[in-house]
Amino acid sequence: MAPLLEVEGLAKSFSGVPALIDGRFRLEPGSVHALCGGNGAGKSTFLKIVMGIHDRDSGTIRRNGREVAFANPAEALRNGIAIVEQELSPVPAMTVAENIYMGREPLRSFGRIDFATLNKQTQALLDGFGFAIRATDLMMDLTVAQTQLVEIAKALSYDAEVIILDEPTSALGEAEAEHLFEAIATLKARGKGLIYVSHRLSEIFSIADRYTVFRDGRFIQDGDMVDISKEQLIQLIVGRPLNEEFVKENQPGQKVVLRADGLAAARGVRDLSFDLHEGEILGFYGLMGAGRTEVLDRLFGLSPETGGNLHLNGKPLRITRPSDAIAAGIAYVTEDRKQTGLVLTSSVRDNLCLSSLDRLSQFGVMRRRQEALDAAAIIEQLRIKTASDALGVASLSGGNQQKVVLGKWFMINPGILLLDEPTRGVDVGAKREIYRVISDFARAGGAVIMVSSETDEVLGMADRVIVLKDGRKAGELTRDRLSAEELLHLAA
Amino acid sequence: MQRKPTTATPWTAGLLVQRYGIFIALLLLCFALAVMNENFLSTRNILNVLRQTSINGILAIGMTFVILTRGIDLSVGSVAAFAGVVAASLATTSATGTIAGGPYPAVLAIMVGLAAGMACGSLSGVIVARFSVPSFVVTLGMLSAARGLTLLYSGGRPIPALTEDFRWIGTGSIWGIPVPILLLIGTFAVAHFVLTQTRYGRHVYAVGGNPHAAKVSGLPVHKIRFSVYVISGALAALAGMLLAARTGSALPQAGIAYELDAIAAVVIGGTSLAGGVGRVTGTLIGALLIGVMNNGLDLMGVESYYQQVIKGILIVAAVMLDQSKNKQD
Repeated sequence: MAPLLEVEGLAKSFSGVPALIDGRFRLEPGSVHALCGGNGAGKSTFLKIVMGIHDRDSGTIRRNGREVAFANPAEALRNGIAIVEQELSPVPAMTVAENIYMGREPLRSFGRIDFATLNKQTQALLDGFGFAIRATDLMMDLTVAQTQLVEIAKALSYDAEVIILDEPTSALGEAEAEHLFEAIATLKARGKGLIYVSHRLSEIFSIADRYTVFRDGRFIQDGDMVDISKEQLIQLIVGRPLNEEFVKENQPGQKVVLRADGLAAARGVRDLSFDLHEGEILGFYGLMGAGRTEVLDRLFGLSPETGGNLHLNGKPLRITRPSDAIAAGIAYVTEDRKQTGLVLTSSVRDNLCLSSLDRLSQFGVMRRRQEALDAAAIIEQLRIKTASDALGVASLSGGNQQKVVLGKWFMINPGILLLDEPTRGVDVGAKREIYRVISDFARAGGAVIMVSSETDEVLGMADRVIVLKDGRKAGELTRDRLSAEELLHLAA
Repeated sequence: MQRKPTTATPWTAGLLVQRYGIFIALLLLCFALAVMNENFLSTRNILNVLRQTSINGILAIGMTFVILTRGIDLSVGSVAAFAGVVAASLATTSATGTIAGGPYPAVLAIMVGLAAGMACGSLSGVIVARFSVPSFVVTLGMLSAARGLTLLYSGGRPIPALTEDFRWIGTGSIWGIPVPILLLIGTFAVAHFVLTQTRYGRHVYAVGGNPHAAKVSGLPVHKIRFSVYVISGALAALAGMLLAARTGSALPQAGIAYELDAIAAVVIGGTSLAGGVGRVTGTLIGALLIGVMNNGLDLMGVESYYQQVIKGILIVAAVMLDQSKNKQD
């Protein structure tokens, strides 16, 4: 039996810069195949050529043994290849059913849409995969996780044989991700082939059957998941051995830096009390919607609710807006760097200096030399890979963009660092560098609060973890009692 | 994904056109007009073009601040007329002027005129920044309201016979250079300095580029949004007073549809309506391009109806050029 998809020697250059040099891939029916590689490895280019978004310079793609070249994604879809993209594109004011069957709604006479059939068939589709979503809900009323599931349902609705999932869990918590994995298992059992792209290696090891690694635009290796260890896979992706996935060299001290009493925040966060110590990395763990981000928003003055008391180094602290928090030496790396972290239209340097404009100006006039010097120092310190600090920040890779956000906050010389999903959408190599930065910060006496959906990350980095459930503290674990089972047990 | 080598970008003709397209277009247009008409390059004509451009140029510079923050100010023409009649009512020798005890010193009249424009801008700014009403709607309202106020204040009649001192800002000159041109240059220089060299300038770009990120970075987003409408109102007032001073009387129906030319100059100058990207230099060149084109078509005896058609084509072409640039980046 011919493979569902077989690709050989795929190559593509953009204005003379090769993005993909030798793309090879082979997808068998009834399998989940992980496509692995760092940022810039050529995965996206590869997938875009397969989907007919880009044309190729050379190489062949065979679908069920027949050579194909799709002119656009619609043609790929007609040939049974669907993709769920990382960036979601819902129409917010329409229902789930209208979104899923957009442009191919069942019709009645005079071109009227047959809403009854549309809703029924959508509900059957959603129920079939165990997604707890109503067909008649408006997209804008859904959570990010539910929106993600709808996008997946949309791809499934085409009855595609090959389904490409590009970072499908980047916006999901563990419970939602479990739903997705169940759906994937169902699809596999029905003989579909899935191409799975994710930076989360633990996921790959739990659901994939086979792997293919790309690096610097080239095919490196493929094989069965059972034949490879996590360390070996990381080494293939990064191209050099990484001794440890995490870097943790800090030692929490005794001194309480921040004390929170009876904190209230949006989404029902109530009566949350905790101490944060000098040199400590405090993890906040919980399911989607447990209120983790809301707590950080409250600490940074972004929350409309301001209940509860804060003490910074023993002195009462009132924070009602971000500038209060910044003045108190609190920095906040938000969950979504494109939405709330970076000014994508500006340069690397302007982004780095954004929170330090007061310090970098005199009588309102920028000290441009100082700006350049400080930016250069941070670029050096965090090893941000950019050709120049005048380059648009949008042209950097995800990992380097995240370092720019971190760098912006290091420029205010903070005492407390709030991190919300600090390594989301960042490749393995850059992840480690970010862990190194966090560890160094805590080792120098800084205090860190880290929110993460990745259990491994929490286990690897945190000295202590507070587990949130429905806005309340469900439990607290010190490092010696930390385990994945315990975390999930408290969170669920 | 693909890290481009930025240092080794070859200087192709295509890139040159993309980056300096508007400037090249202006030079080409000037060259063509100079060849076709010997009067074009005369000092008199050049000063004439610049003087005609000064009013739109000043409006467009204010508009640049607003558009950089993702907003738009449709009210500049009405605000200009309002400030014009307010200032004129203080600077008229005519007995029918509305303020008793006049005429007052020109400086006072100008101050009050500026204050009137800034008051309009403040009102728009508060509603946009505090109540998050789209600027298009707010300034559309102001376009109507300020025009109504102008007509009420002036009783619908022109305010004639302005004092010589007041008229000087529209008709006078220093070292042979007309005052309106000097005011345009001054406004441009200050705006350019503010946007490129000051903290406030960084704030404006950040708020326009990503208001959420600006907020999280501790910037006073509301205040910055508010402030750009005050700037636009002040510059609209200046333009309105120039207009009144040049003609010697303030017309309540002055400045109708001036916002369109101002927006056109900003857009032709490469400032993005999506905010965060643009330069006041581009705006100045955009305003000059419109001014030179109008003048050139006048010199060649082209009907003003055609001029509007050509201007329309120019606006769309400029934005198309800009889009193709964005696609490449």
